[in-house]
Amino acid sequence: MSLPASKRSRYLPWLVISLAGILILILPLPVQARDSTGHTFKVEARRFAYSPSILKVHPGDQVTIELTSQDVVHGLVVDGYDLEAQAEPGQTTRLTFTADRAGTFRLRCSVTCGSMHPFMIGKLQVGNNDLLWRGAGLALLLVLAGVWKGYQ
Amino acid sequence: MTHAAGGDRETGKDRFDLARLPWLRPLIYSRWPLFIARSVTLAGFVFTILVGLFGSPVGSHNFAIIFVWIAWWTALKLFFIPLGGRSWCSVCPLPMPGEWLGQGGLVSKTRKRLGLRLRWPRRLRGYWLQVGLFLVIGLFSAVTLTDPRVTAWILLSLILLAILLSLVYERRAFCTYLCPIGGFTGIYAQIAPVEVRVVNTAICAAHAEKTCYLECPWGVYPVALRDSSQCGLCLECLRVCPQDNIALNLRPFNSDLGAARRTQRLDEAFLALVMLGSALAFGAVFIGPWGILKNAALAIGSLPWLGYAAAFLTLNMAFLPAAFALAVWLAEKGSLRTAPFRRALANWSQALLPLGLFSWIAFTVSFALPKFSYITNALSDPLGQGWSLLGSAQVVVNADKFNLAPILQVAALLVGLYWSVNLAVNLAKTETGAPLALRKAAPLVAFSLLYTLLMLGLLVG
Repeated sequence: MSLPASKRSRYLPWLVISLAGILILILPLPVQARDSTGHTFKVEARRFAYSPSILKVHPGDQVTIELTSQDVVHGLVVDGYDLEAQAEPGQTTRLTFTADRAGTFRLRCSVTCGSMHPFMIGKLQVGNNDLLWRGAGLALLLVLAGVWKGYQ
Repeated sequence: MTHAAGGDRETGKDRFDLARLPWLRPLIYSRWPLFIARSVTLAGFVFTILVGLFGSPVGSHNFAIIFVWIAWWTALKLFFIPLGGRSWCSVCPLPMPGEWLGQGGLVSKTRKRLGLRLRWPRRLRGYWLQVGLFLVIGLFSAVTLTDPRVTAWILLSLILLAILLSLVYERRAFCTYLCPIGGFTGIYAQIAPVEVRVVNTAICAAHAEKTCYLECPWGVYPVALRDSSQCGLCLECLRVCPQDNIALNLRPFNSDLGAARRTQRLDEAFLALVMLGSALAFGAVFIGPWGILKNAALAIGSLPWLGYAAAFLTLNMAFLPAAFALAVWLAEKGSLRTAPFRRALANWSQALLPLGLFSWIAFTVSFALPKFSYITNALSDPLGQGWSLLGSAQVVVNADKFNLAPILQVAALLVGLYWSVNLAVNLAKTETGAPLALRKAAPLVAFSLLYTLLMLGLLVG
């Protein structure tokens, strides 16, 4: 049993938009083939920032963070990774892990260090930020969908 | 007067009158449930002020900070506003003491009423004062959101101001014209799937007493309601209507938006733009990795703070309004039928509302999930004294074990963008007809898309 032509023309664009959305979500994004390497970051923590605040590595890389506090006790946890480190003032703590999850993850201070402690944030970027690019792609698609819906 | 049946009431298309539900009806028509809910929020409010003043000075260990800026703010942005519009206003403790004095009783009006009941000055009407207060709080946000003493003093000042105004001016002058939360709650209430509306306007026209208007704490006449921005959902009109002619409807999202508006008032447009600008600014300060920005926002009075303040005000009061005005100008220029520019600005600003609400939802998700533990910790140790009353003071609850927050943020931004684009095209269609609608809406669509991409970059970039 087939749909009447009027219904087909009404639903076809939504089918196309849904398929395009699924493709944007699942199509693999281009990645540069390379061997895993090791990275060591000397990260200084002071109220209320990490320096450097953005750490960029590739999936599979061995990452070592040498965390040093410049003022009070600071901590470091990584969203999406089960990791934690704490650094006393003037001392260095070493944290080593394999960056096996791709994407962008927030680094957060895990020890109350002052008023802006909940917002002491850094970033670990492992490979491409797929979520950002797929989000931008979906945004463009939803603009088309919103325009289409407006015309219906 | 009886409110027992309600089964024969007719509501409009796409509406469902919640007052028809037999189990809900007694809760709606009795004043007691709301009184009890408001008493609980008032008790919590007083407790929050006391803990803010006398508890731990460390924000993340103080109930006042955790409950106001994480628990309440999250509930407001994720549940109350998107699902219930101004439903928070119906249980908000701020106007309660003043209202009790004004009506001379806790639950109902008595003869011992206090207050001058003057009319609010015409020149001070609109959202302007609310925008101003919101901007002031935003300027000091790094301190407001993290210092328990500051939070407590702000809450105390707001409730004292609400009491004072209720003794001088009629109705809910504070809520309508001054409350910095009431402003954006009001404009975003137009998106929410709930409304109070008259069932049959002919019955109201024939009713000379206008009981609903006389008893409405907000001074709203339900027949005149064109949108839900000014209705505080206290439901007093349902209770006092002798004809049982007012409904509490469930409705589709965005029901108040999309029709051409004739108003030339720019206060709502300005508030909508300030909400967009503040979401961007707070996203950069609180969620971004830039320590220099956080420290500048925190060091009030210093040179870096002056720079931050200048950037914050420029973004909110100049840059975004100018970008929006340019988009509206291009939209009007590109179509055959143009409206006066002020009216065009006011009309097109409707399309900013879903974008703004969902940007705030995305921003809120970024700290609500990762900081969920703070709530269970603060419940167990509200004063930050090292107690563990519930045994959860040190328990770390990972509410985002699978790192879903960024995905939810993207989803929220996309919903807001889709609705805003859809609204822009609908508005263009009502002005020019379908053939030229896309051309007319294109600048506003581009504005919405660029803003969404900026927020995406800030929140998940």
